[in-house]
Amino acid sequence: MSFLKKSPWILHYDGSSCNGCDIEVLACLTPLYDIERFGIINTGNPKHADVFLITGSVNEQNIPIIKRLYEQMPDPKVVVAVGICATSGGIFQECYNVKGGIDKVIPVDVYVPGCAARPEAIIDGVVQGLGVLEKKYAALKNKPSKTAA
Amino acid sequence: MMDTKNLLEQLLWGGGYLLLAPLAGGLLAGFDRILTARMQSRKGPPVLQPFYDVFKLLEKRGTVVNGFQNFYMICFLIFVMLTGVLFFSGGDLLLTIFALTVAGVFLVLGAYSTNSPYSTIGAERELLQMMAYEPMLLIVAIGMYLVTCSFQVRDIITFSAPIVYSLPAVFIGFIFILTIKFRKSPFDLSSSHHGHQEIVKGISTEFSGPTLALFEIAHWYENILLLGFVYLFFAAFGPVVAVVSSIVAYIIEIFIDNAYARLTWRFTVRASWTVAATFGVVNILVIALLK
Repeated sequence: MSFLKKSPWILHYDGSSCNGCDIEVLACLTPLYDIERFGIINTGNPKHADVFLITGSVNEQNIPIIKRLYEQMPDPKVVVAVGICATSGGIFQECYNVKGGIDKVIPVDVYVPGCAARPEAIIDGVVQGLGVLEKKYAALKNKPSKTAA
Repeated sequence: MMDTKNLLEQLLWGGGYLLLAPLAGGLLAGFDRILTARMQSRKGPPVLQPFYDVFKLLEKRGTVVNGFQNFYMICFLIFVMLTGVLFFSGGDLLLTIFALTVAGVFLVLGAYSTNSPYSTIGAERELLQMMAYEPMLLIVAIGMYLVTCSFQVRDIITFSAPIVYSLPAVFIGFIFILTIKFRKSPFDLSSSHHGHQEIVKGISTEFSGPTLALFEIAHWYENILLLGFVYLFFAAFGPVVAVVSSIVAYIIEIFIDNAYARLTWRFTVRASWTVAATFGVVNILVIALLK
């Protein structure tokens, strides 16, 4: 077992959304839900993050930003799409500027539907993401290192 | 003159620091996080959380912007360890302070080498912080020399009277700058305590994976070293009282951390120099004149 499960650091990015899921993500940090109990920290820095939590859909302007954030996260990493907009585009799907869900741009590992997704669902999604993280770590260990330290 | 028994004792203390300081520092950090959570009416992570964090960081792939950044970070860790060994083996207090400054310079160089705007702001603020706390740190050393007539930690620690009685104001000034050294609010200018704040961790923004783990471990070493300074003030009361005093000092720092918002660098430099000039210098003048 690796230690990734015990200290997942989250990077939270809000695409084009109504901010509903955004507020629910931050609600997870409050004393009521207190995700720091599980060692989860909300870090604003992609280079420190393990879990990429995205709320809201992808629009034409945030495509490069989402890609860059994803690339800057060191391996192993997982992507959790929170809310129906991040999953498929939601009610914004037909908008002229909206491309759709997050999986149109980067690979998504866990989908958390809901409008807005409840904090319990978000925590559950992250916990499922940790299982994926573990698998990715095992796969990574068998591969030779790309970057020589 | 140094006999073999003395040398052996020094080696034991130095080696003991190298092995046990990360353990104690990590536990202290875990305790800090729980206490902080309780102050915010949260439950908080397990006490071993800082160790989980560091082991996880060691499992991650590091991304390196500039090859030098890892070199500088390793130098930072080595110099912090060296500083602690100097201190705990009973060496020269002045040398300890200078070695700690060298360690700080390596950290700043590491942050500068990445060319990231966040790191650069963090590095500049770190330099300002060093400018802010350095005078008071020197006053601590000078004050201890005036009281005990020696810069050697082994003489200071065996001094018969409690140093805090002779240097109460210097001690208050030291607690003030300890907030800067522990990277606690209101003086966590160079590395914002939380990653989602304005400078995104500042000085450690560009360090990821194993390199960030080194940064954390160095911080643990540093914290134990700084609590060693607090110990010196209370050494004559016996080890139990002195250790409890150091822990109480740390709890006070956690309380300050949770009670204040971050201040500007201008205020930091002005306030810490004012404290050094009033509390520190006045205390030292009184000691020097009464001698």
